[in-house]
Amino acid sequence: MMLNVDLAGIPMKTPVMTASGTFGFGPEYADFVDLNRLGAIVVKGTTLKPRPGNDGRRIAETPAGMLNAIGLENPGVDEFLAHTLPKLQGIDTPVIVNISGNTVEEYGELAARLDVSGVAGIEINISCPNVKEGGIAFGTSCASAAAVVKAVKGNTAKPVITKLSPNVTDIAEMARAVEAAGTDAISLINTLLGMAIDIHSWRPVLGNVVGGLSGPAVKPVAVRMVWQVARAVRCPVIGMGGIMTARDAVEFLLAGASAVAVGTANFVNPRAGVEVAEGIRDYLAEKGLTHVRQLIGRVNDFTGR
Amino acid sequence: MSKTVSMALVRDQKTIGPLVKLLTLEAPEIAKNARPGQFVHLRVNDGPAPLLRRPLSLAGADAGQGTLTLIYRIVGQGTALLARLKTGDRVDCMGPLGAGFDLDCERPLLVGGGMGLAPLLYLAGALCPRPVAVLMGGRSQEELFWQGLFAEACRHIHITTDDGSLGRRGVTLDLLPELLAGGEFDRVAACGPRLMLEGAGRLAARHKIACQVSLEDYMACGVGACLSCTCAGADGRRRKVCADGPVFWAGEVFAL
Ligand SMILES: Cc1cc2nc3c(=O)[nH]c(=O)nc-3n(C[C@H](O)[C@H](O)[C@H](O)COP(=O)(O)OP(=O)(O)OC[C@H]3O[C@@H](n4cnc5c(N)ncnc54)[C@H](O)[C@@H]3O)c2cc1C
Ligand SMILES: Cc1cc2nc3c(=O)[nH]c(=O)nc-3n(C[C@H](O)[C@H](O)[C@H](O)COP(=O)(O)O)c2cc1C
Repeated sequence: MMLNVDLAGIPMKTPVMTASGTFGFGPEYADFVDLNRLGAIVVKGTTLKPRPGNDGRRIAETPAGMLNAIGLENPGVDEFLAHTLPKLQGIDTPVIVNISGNTVEEYGELAARLDVSGVAGIEINISCPNVKEGGIAFGTSCASAAAVVKAVKGNTAKPVITKLSPNVTDIAEMARAVEAAGTDAISLINTLLGMAIDIHSWRPVLGNVVGGLSGPAVKPVAVRMVWQVARAVRCPVIGMGGIMTARDAVEFLLAGASAVAVGTANFVNPRAGVEVAEGIRDYLAEKGLTHVRQLIGRVNDFTGR
Repeated sequence: MSKTVSMALVRDQKTIGPLVKLLTLEAPEIAKNARPGQFVHLRVNDGPAPLLRRPLSLAGADAGQGTLTLIYRIVGQGTALLARLKTGDRVDCMGPLGAGFDLDCERPLLVGGGMGLAPLLYLAGALCPRPVAVLMGGRSQEELFWQGLFAEACRHIHITTDDGSLGRRGVTLDLLPELLAGGEFDRVAACGPRLMLEGAGRLAARHKIACQVSLEDYMACGVGACLSCTCAGADGRRRKVCADGPVFWAGEVFAL
């Protein structure tokens, strides 16, 4: 009762979703956590054609975080629709599909293909740092980001979330551009571009040379960006980046997020999505509050911005 | 539920070789469901650094006692933290994860190099009293404390060392052709460096002996969600080392 939110038309039992690429399609974690108790499941980035992902080593641990360069390995939208989506039907939790295209047209086609029952919403990934074409290329220019959003909106009746890259100079400007193009919600942050070097071999640790940084190390950057975006747009914002506990999540809510996602935390604690929600409820009770919406955007920043 | 996260109780931890530890944990749920070849994913601390869990193969599991045996080498920060665990401590343990070895064989030969012998020890125990032979390789004599560990379950122990300080000088693949030529085995199960696994798979195929290999890769989630540890199968389809493996039929992952 205290935690339910309506996110751009997607009804969620809790404001805590799982972040794309960190929770598989959901069933991978079913032994450890009751999938019905999550706010929403955002599945792995899906592309038109199957992708094998990047060669070489794909992850490296870093101080309080990790770098990944998976390269959007996924079985493709046909396989997703034929085999994966039916398996998710028994779960009473909205399934949001994260999509990635090489061209604007591909984003539109993916949205059309996924405009089917069982899909609660679309999250546009224009922020993947690990693929050569598409991905982040769309996420660092306002004009191309807007073009992708329009192509997706024009091809689906589902709520559309646009996921922003933190690898830009002015995140508020990007947020305003995708809102003007019609996105129903904005999620952020995707991973921060990073690199690690093996000092024995003098080679990059990751096969892809660079990769995306996630985990607790990125949290302050993510909170700052969510705060900037929440002030720049009217649409709901989903905050993520380094959330491990309910306290982390509350920071994002105070900064202006209407919902949050847990990503890397799932690898450490498979129950993170549920425990963060339970912790938010306890926090509300402790503060004498009755609903999570009483936290959203309530940071007293005194800046007048 | 077959896989769980539990706060395992440390029964005992001791040093059994150079930088090598044997850790006995009490985790009844995991012990009950475990099979040889599976692994557990351990948190090495409570805080955010190091962040990720560490995968360790089960070197044994006793459903009756509710205990797990892990054997690991201290190679970095995570394993150094694990090495500090003392009797009575608790450790966050997730498992059993992955797919284990097939046990449907009569005369198996286990082939292990270095820490790859850990899962084979569990396998040897599970296959006993069938006649189990093991071929073990190490750098030098002091690494082959494994000999004592395998003695109970294995009828024949063959040894190679890089420096010749124990057994045959060379690597496991130098001795394997001879052992297979004898025609006494109907299964090879191997764990160790990738080149060894591929070589063992090829030699076994040449003798028409079914071969299983246990792969290792960097992994984050351990359950098939993050796709850090996938590899191309011989048929072109992708395989997840953590969830589809770590144990595979050699022909699934190597072009033999
Ligand atoms: C399924 C599986 C089962 C394993 N079973 C055992 C076991 O029974 N006993 C044992 O001693 N070790 C085992 N390992 C390896 C063990 O997980 C690593 O040694 C450990 O995670 C290293 O952590 P660290 O923080 O101490 O070292 P780090 O500081 O993370 O690394 C130290 C060194 O080890 C290398 N390394 C670390 N992790 C891996 C990996 N996953 N694959 C290859 N190289 C790696 C690093 O490149 C580096 O050179 C297993 C690995 C996997 C994937
Ligand atoms: C292994 C891994 C894979 C990811 N894959 C995707 C993906 O396919 N699509 C996407 O939009 N974001 C992907 N992300 C980014 C996360 O969804 C999230 O935005 C980011 O990791 C920050 O949150 P965190 O610090 O809680 O992990 C991935 C992150 C990780 C660690």
